[in-house]
Amino acid sequence: MNIDGINTGYVLDHIKAGKGFELYHLLGLDKADCTVAIIQRASSAKYGMKDIIKIDADIPLDYDLIGYIDTNITVNVVKDRKLVKKVRPAPPEILTDVIECRNPRCITSVERGIPQKFRLIDKEARSYRCVYCDTLYRENK
Amino acid sequence: MGELRHLINITDLSVKELDHLMTVADDIIAHPEKYQDACAHKKLATLFFEPSTRTRLSFTAAMMELGGNVLGFASADTSSSKKGESVSDTIIMAGCYADIIAMRHPKEGAPVVGAVKSSVPIINAGDGGHFHPTQTLTDLMTIHRKKGEIGNFTVGLCGDLKYGRTVHSLIEALLRYKGIKYYLIAPEELRLPGYIREMLDEAGVEWHEVESLDEAIPELDILYMTRIQQERFPSWEEYEKLKDSFILTRAMLKPAKEDMIIMHPLPRVNEIDVDVDDDPRACYFYQALMGKYIRMALILYLLGIK
Repeated sequence: MNIDGINTGYVLDHIKAGKGFELYHLLGLDKADCTVAIIQRASSAKYGMKDIIKIDADIPLDYDLIGYIDTNITVNVVKDRKLVKKVRPAPPEILTDVIECRNPRCITSVERGIPQKFRLIDKEARSYRCVYCDTLYRENK
Repeated sequence: MGELRHLINITDLSVKELDHLMTVADDIIAHPEKYQDACAHKKLATLFFEPSTRTRLSFTAAMMELGGNVLGFASADTSSSKKGESVSDTIIMAGCYADIIAMRHPKEGAPVVGAVKSSVPIINAGDGGHFHPTQTLTDLMTIHRKKGEIGNFTVGLCGDLKYGRTVHSLIEALLRYKGIKYYLIAPEELRLPGYIREMLDEAGVEWHEVESLDEAIPELDILYMTRIQQERFPSWEEYEKLKDSFILTRAMLKPAKEDMIIMHPLPRVNEIDVDVDDDPRACYFYQALMGKYIRMALILYLLGIK
């Protein structure tokens, strides 16, 4: 399957297979006014399978979100068809309004207008604790 | 005016600050007259969104003995939260009327939300099953007064170690002091959570898990009892089978050290027999008294009053 290369924008490579759509929505790409391609389950020498997102525009990208989804993701920044930078975003220290606390006893379950905030406690395991009630949250668990 | 300080968790205070609070509380006990007008014209708001006896009364008594005034409510039913007012709004409003706030809320993390918006210091007086730092301060003050130092003793924590927030906070606080050995006395169903056992391991302290009080009692300098709730057990039969292993009676104290102290955060139901109350080692009501003095020291500290 062929998908055209991009002129100026980003190629998000090495996304864990099956996570492409989640990242697409988290980054708000469904609302972006540009060409976006999602390639699912592409073959990968390193991981077996991977997802890829190509964005054909120089839009602002939330690197924290990308680092939260998967630390293996590489962001290739392309300008005039040339690769100008490769970035591997790290998980953010504070994750705001991305995930929701599942603890029904947490204040976030009743208080209006407060952000859902989580603090990174283990970079390797990408585990976070709710800043309000300390409930542990591990990605995919 | 210094930086606005709150007390949400016991770890918000350094060991140096804890020492300072206990020194001030000692001075209050020795010279109460020096402090009787220390908070004159100051107001404490006690915002209790859920009922409490000891904590609210001790905060009220503490502020009164400092010459200050107290306003507030004792349950969510008598506040605007019943009409749907948010915690943030209640805190902003209370800050217009009071110089310091003590709040208890059934939802975990409510004081964190309050602290973000508050213009005055907030003291967490218990947020659900999460934190209760002034109980831990009370426990530390009691140990300090009865043992002369916090460190170099063996403590037995008995009862519901799984859900008991007072035990979790106390361990977290004690791990910052040296020379403490721990006996964890609980049925299998109510063992201390894994992450706290990991904290004990990481700190490199000596700790033992036992399933009956009799095994541990001769070793202890401090016995910290907690309530075992029947509803925590998988069945009534299981509760009946195990409950007596965790009920302290006077007879069980025979092999205990002469200077061991018996603590309990209260309320007590039946886990300490009333015949223990007359034993000189029982100090759970003394502990409640220490709660007032350490809260007086805390109020002074957070208000920046020397």
